[in-house]
Amino acid sequence: MTTESTSAAAPGYNAASTLPLRVEAVRQIRRRRTAVTFALMAALPVIVWAAMAIGGVNSNSTNTPDLIDVGTSSGINFAFAVVFLASGFLLSVPVALFFGDTIASEANWSSLRYLLVAPVSRARLLYSKFAVALGLSVVAMLLLPATALAIGMAAYGQGDLHLPSAGSLPLGTSVSRFALIAGYMLVCQLSVATFALWLSTVTDAPLGAVGGAVGLVIVSSILDNISALGSLRTFLPTHGMYAWAGILQPNPEWTGMIEGVSLSLSLAAIFTALALRHFRNQDIVS
Amino acid sequence: MATAVALVVGGAAAFAWADPPPSVHQIDQIFTMPETPGSSRTVRIEASYFTTGDSTPRPAVLLAHGFEGSKEDMTPEARFLAKHGYRVLTWSARGFGESTGQIGLDSPDREVADARRLIDWLGHRPDVLQDGPDDPRVGIAGASYGGALALLTAGYDHRVDAIAPQITWWDLGQALFPNGVFKKLWAGIFFSTASGTQGGCAFTAELCQLYQQAATTGTASPAALESLERSSPSSVAGRIKIPTLITQGQRDSLFPLGQGAAMARAIAANGAPVAVDWSAGGHDGGDQETSRVQDRTLAWFDHYLKRDQTADTGPAFRVTRTGGVSTSDGKMVEHGADAAVYPGLAGTSRESVALAGGAQTVTNPAGGMPPAVSAVPGLGTLAQLSGGGLSFSQDFPGQYAAFNSAPLASALQLTGSATVRVTVSTGTTAGAVLFAKVYDVAPDGTTVLPDQLVTPLRVSGPGTTTVSVELPAIDYGFAAGHRLRLVLASTDMGFYSPAGLAAYTVSLPAGEVLTAPVDTALRGGQTPIPAWVWLLPLAAVAVAAALLLTGSPTGRRRTVSQSQPSAASGPAPLVVTGLSKRYRGSDDRYAVQDLSFRVERGQILGLLGPNGAGKTTTMRMLMGLIRPDEGSVHVFGRAVVPGSVVLSRVGAFVEGAGFLPHLTGRTNLRLYWAATGRPTADAHMEEALEIAALGDALDRPVRTYSQGMRQRLAIAQAMLGLPDLLILDEPTNGLDPQQIREMRSVITRYAAGGRTVIVSSHLLAEVEQTCTHLVVMDRGKLRAAGPVAQITGSGRALLVAVAADAMTPAARDAVAHKIAAVPGVTAAEPSDLGLLICLEGLPVADLLTELLRLDVPVESVGPHRRLEDAFLTLTGDLA
Repeated sequence: MTTESTSAAAPGYNAASTLPLRVEAVRQIRRRRTAVTFALMAALPVIVWAAMAIGGVNSNSTNTPDLIDVGTSSGINFAFAVVFLASGFLLSVPVALFFGDTIASEANWSSLRYLLVAPVSRARLLYSKFAVALGLSVVAMLLLPATALAIGMAAYGQGDLHLPSAGSLPLGTSVSRFALIAGYMLVCQLSVATFALWLSTVTDAPLGAVGGAVGLVIVSSILDNISALGSLRTFLPTHGMYAWAGILQPNPEWTGMIEGVSLSLSLAAIFTALALRHFRNQDIVS
Repeated sequence: MATAVALVVGGAAAFAWADPPPSVHQIDQIFTMPETPGSSRTVRIEASYFTTGDSTPRPAVLLAHGFEGSKEDMTPEARFLAKHGYRVLTWSARGFGESTGQIGLDSPDREVADARRLIDWLGHRPDVLQDGPDDPRVGIAGASYGGALALLTAGYDHRVDAIAPQITWWDLGQALFPNGVFKKLWAGIFFSTASGTQGGCAFTAELCQLYQQAATTGTASPAALESLERSSPSSVAGRIKIPTLITQGQRDSLFPLGQGAAMARAIAANGAPVAVDWSAGGHDGGDQETSRVQDRTLAWFDHYLKRDQTADTGPAFRVTRTGGVSTSDGKMVEHGADAAVYPGLAGTSRESVALAGGAQTVTNPAGGMPPAVSAVPGLGTLAQLSGGGLSFSQDFPGQYAAFNSAPLASALQLTGSATVRVTVSTGTTAGAVLFAKVYDVAPDGTTVLPDQLVTPLRVSGPGTTTVSVELPAIDYGFAAGHRLRLVLASTDMGFYSPAGLAAYTVSLPAGEVLTAPVDTALRGGQTPIPAWVWLLPLAAVAVAAALLLTGSPTGRRRTVSQSQPSAASGPAPLVVTGLSKRYRGSDDRYAVQDLSFRVERGQILGLLGPNGAGKTTTMRMLMGLIRPDEGSVHVFGRAVVPGSVVLSRVGAFVEGAGFLPHLTGRTNLRLYWAATGRPTADAHMEEALEIAALGDALDRPVRTYSQGMRQRLAIAQAMLGLPDLLILDEPTNGLDPQQIREMRSVITRYAAGGRTVIVSSHLLAEVEQTCTHLVVMDRGKLRAAGPVAQITGSGRALLVAVAADAMTPAARDAVAHKIAAVPGVTAAEPSDLGLLICLEGLPVADLLTELLRLDVPVESVGPHRRLEDAFLTLTGDLA
C-alpha cells in the first residue's frame, strides 16, 4: 500500500498521521473505566494507610518480617509496603484492562471497521492502541507509588528505609531505588500487557481479553508456588514481579530484576508479534 | 607392618543390593581391632564397602564421619564417589554407631591405627589400584572429627595419596584453649553430647579427666595439653606431604579459619599442593555447601588419585561470599571469589584504619555473668545473615571498651585477620581475659558482628601490658560510610573467664591503627547473570521476526496488478473482478463466488439480494476489511488491500453504526475525522450534521440514541469529507417512512454532484426508486447487472395463482414454456403458488385469455414485486 502514489488518496490524507496518539488518547481517557481505574490506584494507598492506622501493624504475624511489618516505620517504608501489596496481582489489572480492552472494545462497538476504512492501517492502529494503552498503564501504575509515597511522607515522616531483615537505607538512596523499582514493575508488566493486546485482537469481547490476561497472571502465580517445577518457574511471566525486593537488602541482588526484565521483554516481543501477525491478516467481521 | 595386623573379617557380605546403572554395591562388615597396638582387648569396628561390582582395580577413598555421627552419614557421598569410579570404605569410629570402644579423639594409637588397618585391608583387595605391595592408591575425606583423622592418618601413614579435610582442627589445644582461654561452651557440647544420657563419659579416662579439670578451672594441665597435642595434626606437620584440599568454614567459632590457615601453611611448606576453600558454613551452622564441596573433593581425587590431569582442582584460594536473599527461591545467594594464590590471613595488602577512643575501664563481673553474646553454636544460619545486616550479638555496659573508626571513605573488603595492639592495665595477679571483636556499624547505628566471631586474649597481671591482637579471620565487606568498632569485652558466653570481680583499663597505644588485610587478587564474587538473560531476548526477537515474516497473505494471492489501465475518462470508481470468498469452517460453501461488476462515475448502484446473498461480505471486501480468496477490487484504479490509501476517498456505512457510546454524537464525528488525519476544514462537518438531523441530541452520549438516530449519524459519518465513492449498506433499515424518503433524496442529490454511490438492499422497491444501476446477487453469485430499467424491464411481473393440486409440476413447466413463447411475454416461470410471468407489451387481459386457452385453473392474477420471486423471474434460477 505504501508503494501507491499519494494521488490515489484524498487531499490531505497521510497514512502516517492517521489515528494520532492525541486523538486515541482522548477517545480512551473520556471513558469512565479510565477514570475509575485511576481513582482506584490513587485510593489504594489511602485504604492501606487507613487499615494500618486502625488495625496497626502486627509484626508477630509471621516468622520472617516482611515489608508490611515495617510499613509504618517511615514514609518510604509505607510506600514500599503499598507497592509490595500491589505487586503480585493488583498492578496487572489496570494493565490487562487498558491493553485487553483496547481493540476488543472497538470491535464490540463496531467502530473498529470504521477506523480501518478511514483508512487507518492495521499496523498503525495497533501502534496507536499500544502506545496509548501503555501511556494509561504508566499513569495508573505510577499513580499508586506516587500517592503511596506522598501519603507515607505525610503520615510517617521522612525517615530512612528500614529493611525487613535488618539495617536501613538512607532516604535518598531508597527513594531512587523506589523510582527504579516503579520502572521495573512497568517493564515487568509488559508481558501481561502484550498478552492482553494479543487477546484483544483475537476476541471481540473486551471482558474475554481482559479476563484472559488476568487469568494468565493468576495461573502463572499459582504455578510459581509449585516448588516441584524447580527452575522452570523462572520462565513464568509473573516470576519476577517481586524480584525488586532483591535490591532492598544490605547486599542488593540485582540478578532477579535483570532476569525479570529479560523475560518480560522477550515475552513482550513475541506477544506483540503474535498480535500484529493475527491482526494484519484478520477478516474484520465485527 | 600392615601384614602384622591381625585382621579378622567377620560376617562376610551381610547384604548387598544394586542400584540402577551404574549400580553401587554395598558390603557391610565388621572388623575386630586391638584396643591399642599390642593390647589383647579388642574393639569391633563396623564398616561398609562400596563398589560398582566390577573387578577393575580402582583408587580407594576412606570417608570418615564427623563427631556424633556414624558411617551411615557417609553413605550418600560414598555412593556418589563409587559411581564415579572409586572403591569407598566408610566406617564408624570407636564409640560411634555400632562400633565399640572409647572415644580417643583421633588418638594416633586408636582411631588413626584403625584407619591404617583399613588401609591394610584395601591393600589386599584385587579391585583396588595398588601402587606397590600393600600400598593401595587411597585418599581420605571427612569433616570435623573425620577431617582431623584424614590429616593425622596422612601424617602417620605414607600410603595415603591425597586428603580432603573439612572444617576441622589443626591444633586442638589452640582450638579449645585459644590464647589459653577455655572455649567452655563448645567443649561442653563436645563432651556431654558424646556421653549420652547415661551420665558417664564415653571418652578415654584420660580425656574425661581433662575435660572435668578444664570445665572446673578453665585451664588445662600440661599433661592435658600434651594429650590434645597428640590428637592434633600439627604434631605431625612435617610429615603431611600429600595434596590437601582444605575446606574451612566461615561460620565456625569452634575450628575457625585460622586452623585452616595453619594447616595450609605447614603442608605447603612440605612442598605438597594445597588449595584452601572458605565455605559458607562451619560448626556454627549456615549453608555447608555439601554438594559443591563434594564435587570439588571428587575433582581433587580425580586429579591426584586417578591422576586425571584434565580434572580441575580449582583455584588455590576460594571464598564463598553471601549476597542477599534471592527473590527467586528465597535462599541466600552465594557466589565464589577466586584467587590463584592463597595469601594466608594477612592478605595480599593491608589497609590501616585509624581508631579513636581514650582509655576505658572495663569491669569483669563476678562469676563472669552476665556474659556478652557472640557466636552461639547452631545459629550459624543467622551468622551467615550477618553479611545481610542481621546480628544478635550483645555487650553489657561497663563490661567493654570500644574504639571507633571514622566513617569509611570507601568500601573495605576485609579478608583475613585484622591486627591491632591494645594496652591493658590490671591490678589482679590473675591477669585479665578480654574478648576482642570488630563490629560493622551502619550510619543508623545498627551493629553487625561479622560471622559472630571473637578472639580471646589473656594478659598477665598485675601491671600494664601492650599485646598484639589477631582478630578473628573473616571475609567481610564493610560498606562505605560505615564505621569499624573495636570492642574488648570482659566476658563472652562461649568462653571461660575469671570469676573474680575486677576492673581493667583498656587503651590503644598512641597513633595505633587497625591493620586490615585485603586480598586484591580475589576475583568474582558477583552473582553470575545466567546466559539466558542475554540469549532469551535475542531468541524472542528472532521468533517475533519469524512470526511476522511468515503468515503474510501477500504470497498466496494478489496476482492481479496493482493498478488497472485507466479509461480515457479516468479510472472507474469501482471494478470488481472474479471476487470469491469462503469463510473458514465452511470451505464447501462460498459466501461470494466469482463476482465481477463495474461501477462508473455518477452512478447510484443498487446491490440487491436477499439476506445471506453475500452483499455485506462483498461490501467488506470492497473496503479491505475482509481479504478475498480470489479476485480483486479496484477503487479508482487502485487495488484495495487492508489500509489502502485509496480508501480515504471512500465513505462507508456497513452493517450498522459503530460509535464510542460514552461520547456525544458530535464528538464521535469530530474524533472520527481527526482519526483520518485530514484537515478539519475538509470534513464538511456542518453538511454532515444536517444530514444526521439530530438536533439537540447531537450533544448527548451516543448510548442514549435510538437505532434510527445512530443510523443517521453513521451515514453522516460516511459522508464526512464528501468522499468520491459512498458505500451504504442497508441505509434505510430502522428509519421511518418519512426519513426513508429524505434519505433517498440525500443519496440522489449526493450522486448528482458527479460522485458515485453504492447502496445495498434486500428490497427491490427500495433500490428501484433510488438507483440508476443494479447488481443482483443470490447465494454469493452475480445474477444480473445493468441499468435498473434493463433489469426490471418495462413490463410488470405478475403472479398467476392456480388452484392447489390442480396442476402437476410437469404441467406447470409445460404451461410456463408455452406462455414464455407468447409475444409480449419476456419470461414465465413456474412457482410454488402458480406461475410468475413478466409482461412486456402484452395486456393482462390477453394474458388471461391465453391462460384460459391453455386450461390453466387460474384463481387470481396480481402484481408481484417480492424480491425473492423477482429473482426467480429475472435470473431463471431453478436451483
